[in-house]
Amino acid sequence: MTEKKSLPRRDVLRGLLAAGMLASAGAVRSAQGNIQGNTYSGAPKRGGRIRVASVSSSTADTLDPAKGALSTDYARLYMIYSGLTQFDSTLNAQPALAEEIHDTGRILWTFKLRKEVQFHDGKPLTPADVVYSLLRHKNPATASKVKTIAEQFQEVKASGPNEVQIRLTGPNADLPAILATSHFLIIQDGTTDLRTAVGTGPYRCKEFNPGVRTVGSRNTHFWKPDKPYLDEIELVGIADESSRVNALLSGDVQLINAVDPRSIRRVLASPDHAVQETKSGLYTDLIMRQNMSPTSHPDFVLAMKYLLDRELTRKALFRGYATLANDQPIHPGNRYYLADLPQRPYDPERAKFLLKRAGLIGERLVVYASPAAEGSVDMASLLQESAAGVGLNLAVNRVPADGYWSNHWMKHPLGFGNTNPRPTADLLFSTYFKSDAPWNEAAWKSEKFDQLLLEARGEADEVKRKQIYGDMQVLVHEQGGIGIPVFISLIDGYDKRLRGYGSIPIGGLMGYQFADSVWLDDAMTHAARIPAMRSLPA
Amino acid sequence: MNAMTLIAKRIGIAMLTLLLVSIVVFSITALLPGDAAQAALGQSATPETIAALRAQLGLDQPAHLRYLHWLIGLLSGNPGQSLSNNVPVRELIALRLPKSLLLAGVAAAVSVPIALSIGILSAMYRDSRLDRALNLVTLSMVAVPEFLVATLAVLIFAVKLHWLSALSYAPDNPGMGQFLRAYAMPVMTLCFVIVAQMARMTRAAVIDQVSRSYVEMAILKGASPARIVLAHALPNAVGPIANAVALSLSYLLGGAIIVETIFNYPGIASLMVDAVTNRDMPLLQACAMIFCCAYLALVLLADVVAIASNPRLRSQ
Repeated sequence: MTEKKSLPRRDVLRGLLAAGMLASAGAVRSAQGNIQGNTYSGAPKRGGRIRVASVSSSTADTLDPAKGALSTDYARLYMIYSGLTQFDSTLNAQPALAEEIHDTGRILWTFKLRKEVQFHDGKPLTPADVVYSLLRHKNPATASKVKTIAEQFQEVKASGPNEVQIRLTGPNADLPAILATSHFLIIQDGTTDLRTAVGTGPYRCKEFNPGVRTVGSRNTHFWKPDKPYLDEIELVGIADESSRVNALLSGDVQLINAVDPRSIRRVLASPDHAVQETKSGLYTDLIMRQNMSPTSHPDFVLAMKYLLDRELTRKALFRGYATLANDQPIHPGNRYYLADLPQRPYDPERAKFLLKRAGLIGERLVVYASPAAEGSVDMASLLQESAAGVGLNLAVNRVPADGYWSNHWMKHPLGFGNTNPRPTADLLFSTYFKSDAPWNEAAWKSEKFDQLLLEARGEADEVKRKQIYGDMQVLVHEQGGIGIPVFISLIDGYDKRLRGYGSIPIGGLMGYQFADSVWLDDAMTHAARIPAMRSLPA
Repeated sequence: MNAMTLIAKRIGIAMLTLLLVSIVVFSITALLPGDAAQAALGQSATPETIAALRAQLGLDQPAHLRYLHWLIGLLSGNPGQSLSNNVPVRELIALRLPKSLLLAGVAAAVSVPIALSIGILSAMYRDSRLDRALNLVTLSMVAVPEFLVATLAVLIFAVKLHWLSALSYAPDNPGMGQFLRAYAMPVMTLCFVIVAQMARMTRAAVIDQVSRSYVEMAILKGASPARIVLAHALPNAVGPIANAVALSLSYLLGGAIIVETIFNYPGIASLMVDAVTNRDMPLLQACAMIFCCAYLALVLLADVVAIASNPRLRSQ
């Protein structure tokens, strides 16, 4: 921890790096220019309806925040419910249903609730609703996706007519950010039937038809003044990427997520459409299990990291819509990112030396890849090429997406995983790297790392906290059993008449939270030409 | 044996087939790796949450008990609860089946007359230029994969020209214009697939009759070519034609999956695909049974038509 003095330098470096990235990104991002213009032109207008298409929709669609599993679910949930806190564009948690947040030692948290917030059925928001919404995650019968995170709520209780107190099992400075995720959105006390939804969010649930569509109508009593702007939002899922892009270009939908980098040119060729790139922490990583042979050999691990051709991955696989990564999971947009950790290069010679030293030259190994882990099949092929060049024989076993997470992920010595952006460094580290975490992908065990993780959670001083997270990044970078070639950008496509659209790097569709920010500007010149909104039922 | 007993016998066999199918469907779905609990929790599954969800969904009971419950439920019109979102399977199917039937119905109404006309015309003018041209057209239609037809159609009519909608959402009570816009491309794509097969079979069946001696007799009596085919040969070809039509139409329910995917049409085939990915067995089994029922019903109908149109059976 002698790096305290070097911090300003580190910040300068990071600033330079960011500036460099922007400069090199110039060509793309004529599209981003549009966004800037888009966001700040004119006052928001009321009215209109849009249709939004996300990647997937099936009969497993849900209105239960605890069960949300996919981008369409998150977007639907944020449309209907509000949370105690919400993310801003740099992933800091801002007060939402909670007006004020206080903590004692980062263990005892007090949330003062906003007054006169109404549920869609007219009932006022009370502490009981919050207590119920948070505690139900701990009940195994809820089968909550965030049960392990909710375990740290030792006690949640009403501490006043408008106040909720949360006592944690240990200090955690990130609680406000955790509560901003969609799983912790607030539902009404005692709700068990979630076939329809009553929330405090910007849109009421007008229609919910799993696998078909969700229609939200404007909540006139929304707690944010003047918001939301649209009369109605229809949310559908279109699984097929080219169908999704076609639907946008034909004017059938006004906003889509998960545009393939290969389709961007088509979207930009249309005068009426634009794309939004969100640089996020999404990554697909090579997993080398540390409890299996030969992937546990430190020389092997390092050799594989040197064999990842990151620049080629970024350019060829993602057409530049990705950020170079450095075998640690904190992405450059995160405030705890350690910018002066030297970038690991693509170095086959070095890898060859390490493999020779480990006695693994000529060895045959199977690497598992699947469309379930975005880009992993192509990454595996690239890796196979590089490995062949240094005398390591990799066989790529491409397995179907269906059942990948339960049958293959973390089950083979060498395979791929995929991790969605997480709101905090702590969530990422505790979920995927802590020695006893159920999804410790590489079965990597480091006492020092675990110790630092707990230390950072309770650390009140931001500077010290940043240092601890920096040390942890170094540990994962040097010793961890995973290789992360790039962070994958999220790309949305939208109709230019849609205004107020931006990015929140937790996910596409403006961090799934576009619903309360966007409005329609029908006065645009192109408007007459695109027959949008036409087949929407009145 | 007269026509009635013959038909009754066919129905009996169909029922028995359905029962066997139900056993096969139930046991095959049990062979899929993983279950609804694992699929629902996906990457975030831990042994504890999986056990809780399994107990909640009743997946911890033995298979034969689950089969009996399911069969009894099915017979009483209640195929159970969907595991993935706890809605009765009946409700999910009630939302989708009418849409699928509508699409299939429209596609059938368009394709059957076209196919029969093509087939009969080809047979009437066998080996003429018209016959060869029609052959060429139908064969190329069936040879082009439907996803290509559908994608090209979307690119041209929706993205470039903005005439039609790229997504096939018709509102609940569409006007004629809305209906056409939503259904034109899906129906066209489906027709591409099934017209050729029906037309070829019709042609073959009619030609088979035309080479019989009673047709020769009609020709000698001086009947016109049109009269020979329409009044003499065709009634005798109804049996095989009905069978060909039934086989083609049975494709329209389950086989419409590509069309449903490309146009995002909320039909029953995509419901079944969802059910497979979510390991939602009650829903999957119900869909499978519906497809089997539809198939058997169509084949049965074709048999009945064939029997009814056969004077030798009718008169006995």
